[in-house]
Parts: sequence; structure tokens; C-alpha cells
Amino acid sequence: MTKIVVLVKEVPDAAVQKQVDSSTGRLDRGGEKTLNPFDTHAIEAALQLKESGALEVDEVVAVTVGPDSAVKALHKAVSLGADRSIHLTDDALAGSDVVGTGYALAELIKRESPDLVLAGQQSDDGQTYAVGAAVAEYLGWPGLTQVIKLDVDGQTLTCERQAEYGYDTVKVTLPAVISVGDAINEPRYPSLKAIMGAKKKPLESLSLGDAGIDASKVGEAGRKAVWSGSKQPPAKSAGEIIEDEDTAQTVEKIVAWLDDRKLI
Amino acid sequence: MTNILVYALHHEGAVNKNSLGAISEAAKLAGELGGEAHALFVGEDVSDDTAAGVGSYGATKALRVKAPAGVAQPIVDALDAVIEQGDYGYVIFGGGLLGFEAGAGLAARRGGGLGVEITGVRVEDGKLVAERPILGDTEISDIRFEGVGIIAARLNAFEPKESGSGAASVEDVDVTLSDAAGKIEIVTRGEQRGADVNIEDAQVLITGGRGLGAAEKFSVAEDLASAFGGSAAVAATRAAVDAGWFPYAGQIGQTGKTVAPKLYLGLGVSGAIQHKVGMQSSDAIVAINKDGNAPIFEFADLGVVGDLHAIAPALAEAIKAKKG
Repeated sequence: MTKIVVLVKEVPDAAVQKQVDSSTGRLDRGGEKTLNPFDTHAIEAALQLKESGALEVDEVVAVTVGPDSAVKALHKAVSLGADRSIHLTDDALAGSDVVGTGYALAELIKRESPDLVLAGQQSDDGQTYAVGAAVAEYLGWPGLTQVIKLDVDGQTLTCERQAEYGYDTVKVTLPAVISVGDAINEPRYPSLKAIMGAKKKPLESLSLGDAGIDASKVGEAGRKAVWSGSKQPPAKSAGEIIEDEDTAQTVEKIVAWLDDRKLI
Repeated sequence: MTNILVYALHHEGAVNKNSLGAISEAAKLAGELGGEAHALFVGEDVSDDTAAGVGSYGATKALRVKAPAGVAQPIVDALDAVIEQGDYGYVIFGGGLLGFEAGAGLAARRGGGLGVEITGVRVEDGKLVAERPILGDTEISDIRFEGVGIIAARLNAFEPKESGSGAASVEDVDVTLSDAAGKIEIVTRGEQRGADVNIEDAQVLITGGRGLGAAEKFSVAEDLASAFGGSAAVAATRAAVDAGWFPYAGQIGQTGKTVAPKLYLGLGVSGAIQHKVGMQSSDAIVAINKDGNAPIFEFADLGVVGDLHAIAPALAEAIKAKKG
């Protein structure tokens, strides 16, 4: 009998313009939010392990750290098939760096003592790729990122991923923290019934104190990577855009553009 | 005195170009800080010559730890042990997956600060400040560190520079591996999938992405490449390679090749950062993609929003006709 924890995050909707708050140097995470699209692959991977019987999975638990609005990401996660969810939310978490977030997530995971932790390959906004590896270190478990194939045999995972020199095959002993790449699966869409029922699935909301998390190790108090003001990169002249309405005309324009630059 | 430690990624006796770039950069920065740059190798079979060779790029010392190569945990253990015994203020990784993984693990282990996707580093008040592009590279943030500063660079951020300072002294370090390192084992490394294709010498690269839709649709890219003739070739994104549509040897990006042709033409390529880092030095970038919000339109010189399956074959015909 096993339990899988899936780490999820809310991110600004990709269609919404993102910006940096100049007073804090932090990403302004206001506006419409959604579940990090990369995390849906981790949820899908958990469900496939459960449904295929590769692992005898009792429970898939979605876990997140974030403000009140992050509840929506958890609702999406359970509508996709997670059984319940946990939300760590506390004002003291604001400004956490990836290491602080990794610590907080690891503490939440310890309360659940799962056999496997799955995460997405990166967040759509911060793009840090690194939280899974930090969580693995805090737990003292083996970890691997960018996994695109996952086979289970007893307590051993056989993982494939693409790295700098080609494809690697890596054996990992459970419990472990695995970040999956987006090539691992095609995430399902939630059914209308699952969307409607999502709010009825158990959702546990915890503060730092509830979870026994040391507030000095998270948020601005705990961060060791301090971000400050942003500047514009050297200006690059904007490219030309052709909206295709008539293929023959479009092709003519492309040929002329290439010809002007002696590229044909 | 503050020294800088650089993780030297290596495979089959050769040190990765991005690691050599990181060593060159570290040597320059360490000089400004009044310290030295040292390189750390983790592997079962790192030769004296391979290790000492980093001296040409400015490292004064090569530290060698005998442990499995290719996964992060032994690297974290090795870096942690070396930092414990030495005077290191910073660790730099060249662009690479292992750098992100080992960097995050090391930051957690030592309570350090982590910056990933770093494109530049400068010295300010005797400390390193790392530059991190954000929001689709439209802005650059500064990152300063407390505790050990861990910098995982973006691919191709630092150019290797042979400073000609001779061989580095090689020192073997014994490291006790953690329990986690014993629970992860690399079975095969660097498996090449598909044919050996050459994309690095082509002047024109037609690149197929997820938007091509299927393996057989690469014929659209092939036809366009043959219309250009001469030194045109077909390449692919990681998504297309992972889907089995194209050989790994023809992949551009973070875990593939870095290219800089005269013309890069993307068909159904979204332009994710992991791809962009491998092709942004191309002289001219043209993109055809039906998704007008695709990031590639932010950095293409010519962007065409439309159906590649209609446009690309017609473009191939038009180019052939023009060439006569």
C-alpha cells in the first residue's frame, strides 16, 4: 500500500501579462491564477501508476504552498484525480526562495510519509526547476528531475530522462522525489462532474505553526538568495510579424524578406 | 580570501564546454575577489590529464572525487565535503541539468542561496551579484547571496577562454557518500537515439517542433531544406525528439546542440527557453507557428502566424522557383 504526494503550484495564467513589483523585486503574482500546467503531468503520472496497478496506490495527495488563492490550484488537482489536498498558507511564507519553499514542502511531506513524491519539471512563472531537488535533499531521499519514463518494480523505479549527453536510464529506490518532464504523458481533462465535486474532497489548510515549520527558515527571514530590482536587457529591435490570411501572399512576403537578406 | 568552486561536468574523458566556460568565468571573478578558482570532478575514471587540463582555463586546482558520475546526489556530497574543508564563498555550475539539481541540493544542505539560469555575474563590494533574466527574458533581476552563493548558469552563458596558465594541480579527495546517493544508480548514460545527423555545420537549419504534429510531417521540413539546397539541414526541438519523431543528434537546446546558422527557420516551434538557449545566436530567426502567443515570436526576426502545413510546402515551391 502506497501513498503518492504530488507537489503543485498556482501560477499566473499564461495569457495574462506578468510583471515585477519594483518596490520588492518580486514577481507580482496578482491577476488570474491557474494550476501550473507542468504539474498536471505529475498528477497524470500518479494516476497512471495507480490505475495501471504498477503501484498499489491508496491515495494521491496534492500539496501546495501559497496564498489563499492557491486553493484554486488544489481544486484543479483534485478535479484531475487527486484524492485530497493540503494547503500551507501563512503570511510569513511571502518572499521564500526556492530553498525555503523546499524546506516547507519537505516538512509537509514528512507529516504524510508517502512512498513517492512527484513534481512537475518547472513552474510556468518562476521557472526554477529546482524545488524537487531541494525537497529531496531535505528529506534525505534520492531525487531525479526531467523524467520522461517511469517504470516500477517493487521498491525500485527505473527512470529515463534526456540529459547533456543523450538519454540516461537511472534506477532509484523508494521513497524518492521525482520531477517529471512534459513528455512523460498527455494529461487528461477533468470531467464536469469532477470539477463540480472538487470542492467536496478533503482540503486541509495549515499555518506554519500547525505544520511545525520553523518560520525563521522560510519567507524573507529565511531566504539566502536575495532578489533586487530588475532592469531591461539591451533593446533588441522588434521582429516583423505576418498574420497569414492568404497563403500565396504570405509566401511572397517571406521570400522577399529572405531575398533582401540574401538567404536564398 | 574567497575561492570559487566550479563543478566540472565531464563524459568520456572530455570536460563539458559549459563547465570550461564556468571555470574561465570563475577564474576571472576569483581574481577580482582575491581568491582562486578550483574545479571539482566527480567520476570513477577521471584521468590526471583531464583533471589537470582545466588549468588552461584558469583553475589552479582540480579536486577529484571517486564516485558515480551522472546523478546529482554524489555531486552534492562531494561539493559539501570540499566546501567544509576549504574556504569557498561560491559554487558555479555551467549550464546543465545536473547543475540545477546539484545546485538546489547543495543550497538545501548548506543553507546557501541559489540562483539558476544565470546569464552574468559581476563583483560588487567584494561580493558576487548574479544576473537572472525573468519574464521571458524581458527583464533582468540581480541576485545577492547570504551563506554560500550557488550559481547555476544558463546554457552558453560563459565562453571558455584559454588563459594559458598551465596545468592545475590535481588532488584526490575522499568523500563519504550519503544514504541517498546509495539509493540512486545510473544504469546507462548518454544513449544516442536515432541516426547520427550533423546540424552544427549547416548554414540553414529548418527546425521541426511539436507543432509539426507527427514523425512523418518532418517531410515538410526536409522538403523545405532541400529547396534551400547547399548546406541546409533539418533539426528538431526536445519535444519532437522525446516523441520519437527525430534523432537525438539533431536536437537543439539545453540538452542538445547549440547552433548559430545564418538562417534558423522554425516550423511549429514554441520557443521555450530550453530551446532558445541553443539557437539564439542564429543570424536570422524565422518562425512559422499558428499560436500567436508562442514565445518564439518575442525573439524571431520574422514571425509568421499561420498554418505551417499550408505555408511551408508553398514556401518550398516558391524558393525552388526563385532559384530556377
